[in-house]
Amino acid sequence: MERIPILKMGPFLLVTIQVDLYDRLALTLENDLISMVSKTGARGVLIDISAVSIVDSFMGRILGNIASMSRIMDAETVVVGMQPAVAITLVELGLTLQGVYTALNVEKGMELLNTKIGLDLAAEEEKDEQEEEAE
Amino acid sequence: MNTTAQILQKKKNTILETWMQHQLSDATLRDDLMTNDELLKQSEELLGSLLKALSSGNYENIYASEYEQVTDLLGDISIMRARQGFSPRETTLYVLSLKKALCDTLEEEYKDQPEVLYREVMQLNQLLDNLSLVTVETFIKGREEVILRQTDEISEISTPVIRVWDGILALPIIGTLDSARTQVVMENLLQEIVNTGSSIAILDISGVPAVDSLVAQHLIKTVSATRLMGAECIISGIRAEIAQTIVHLGIDLSNIKTKASLASALHLAFGMLNLEVRRNDRNKSTKLFN
Amino acid sequence: MIVMSKDTMQIVREQDVVPFRNRVREFSTKIGMSLVNQTKLITAASELVRNMLKYAGGGKVLLEIISKNTQTGVRLTFTDEGPGIADVQQAMRDGFSTGKSLGLGLPGTKRLVNEFDIKSIVGEGTTVTIIHWKNGR
Repeated sequence: MERIPILKMGPFLLVTIQVDLYDRLALTLENDLISMVSKTGARGVLIDISAVSIVDSFMGRILGNIASMSRIMDAETVVVGMQPAVAITLVELGLTLQGVYTALNVEKGMELLNTKIGLDLAAEEEKDEQEEEAE
Repeated sequence: MNTTAQILQKKKNTILETWMQHQLSDATLRDDLMTNDELLKQSEELLGSLLKALSSGNYENIYASEYEQVTDLLGDISIMRARQGFSPRETTLYVLSLKKALCDTLEEEYKDQPEVLYREVMQLNQLLDNLSLVTVETFIKGREEVILRQTDEISEISTPVIRVWDGILALPIIGTLDSARTQVVMENLLQEIVNTGSSIAILDISGVPAVDSLVAQHLIKTVSATRLMGAECIISGIRAEIAQTIVHLGIDLSNIKTKASLASALHLAFGMLNLEVRRNDRNKSTKLFN
Repeated sequence: MIVMSKDTMQIVREQDVVPFRNRVREFSTKIGMSLVNQTKLITAASELVRNMLKYAGGGKVLLEIISKNTQTGVRLTFTDEGPGIADVQQAMRDGFSTGKSLGLGLPGTKRLVNEFDIKSIVGEGTTVTIIHWKNGR
């Protein structure tokens, strides 16, 4: 069966969607991604949709689901490279992908993930230090 | 071929002459928009095709194939006149003065047969009335095309996207935002974001006369679309009265970064990109010149 | 109104959605519709076709290129023989959904296209017609 490949880059997972997704493929992607997040303990998921020309409410819902499910497992999701025509259509449709981070391209998406995770790590270290001091 | 058509055909030159006289003697003649030679050429062509159509014996249906050439010519003339800036009255008078010329000729020919004259004149009257309706219709259509083209031009001209800094775009909106305009604004802005890889866009609404809930909705849409692309949007140029109406109308802009002036929006944008603008130290710069 | 070319497609399973979308794209490219307007039309078509699959188990779509006055556009007619919609007005309201979705379907779709018409008879089926003009107005 056809599948969308998921690449692991350090603490992040990278998915590039190159075809128009039909429903089953999108649902498979959702499952695969979530099980990869739990298997690898990834801290971020980056989905590149620059080659996707149509995002309807079903696709929008899949993206939202991936983001919420990942968040529960402590991973942030960034959707990158949305085409202008797709963005205008989604807004008109009333779908604003709440809870999903967006970035212009893969590079900026990586940067964004790094800052999100970086802040997290810094906060944890600080907490550790405080705990040590308390001891 | 019926007799009236024959008579008219024979008297073609006289009719043309009378028609031209009518036109030239009219106080509203626009010799500033069109030379008399051009007018003569145009009139001759139209009269020729009309007489040819009349010879078919059809006086009623101007949509029949015989009249195709006539209506096409009239259409061209009216559209041309619309573009040249003739008034609808002047354009209609053009056809109506032909009616007068035709009737004068018939009156001359049939002066001994009043009942024939009456019948023929009525027929011609009806025909030319129909033709003048066509003229008015096409004239208005021509004007509408001009208006549509101008609307398109205005909405394109009035939405330039300016690159104010590396990674910062500004888009001054001037005039009212309706849905068609918002569409153009969004398209231009988002495309420019992709082209330049900018991560911040400033929408300046100093030139928007009033913000009602519809305009606000369009602004919110633009901001949401920008965010979906992965860029941040700041709205600047919010005047006091606009702030008042926004609050009075209960429009929620709390999710959107707003600033009073373009300058402070730019300042905020610099901050978001971790940039800093500083005044040059005088002493240092003078040293450079020594 | 003049119909310049037409085509019908049967939609019976979700694999039919992507070929259908491509066909809509072909039609809208043929009349020179801009990318944004194409995207809006195809997204709207995609929403309606999904509704048809979900609530009526499929149906058929009539694709047409039409011309009215000086405008050209694409008209899509979705016909199914499903259960129908009891309260069309309610279904057209934002946020309403009988299925497990965001409830953006019908009102969202209406916002994407120039003309939208829905007729439904309970027990007989639903017909939705949308028109999108070349210049999106």
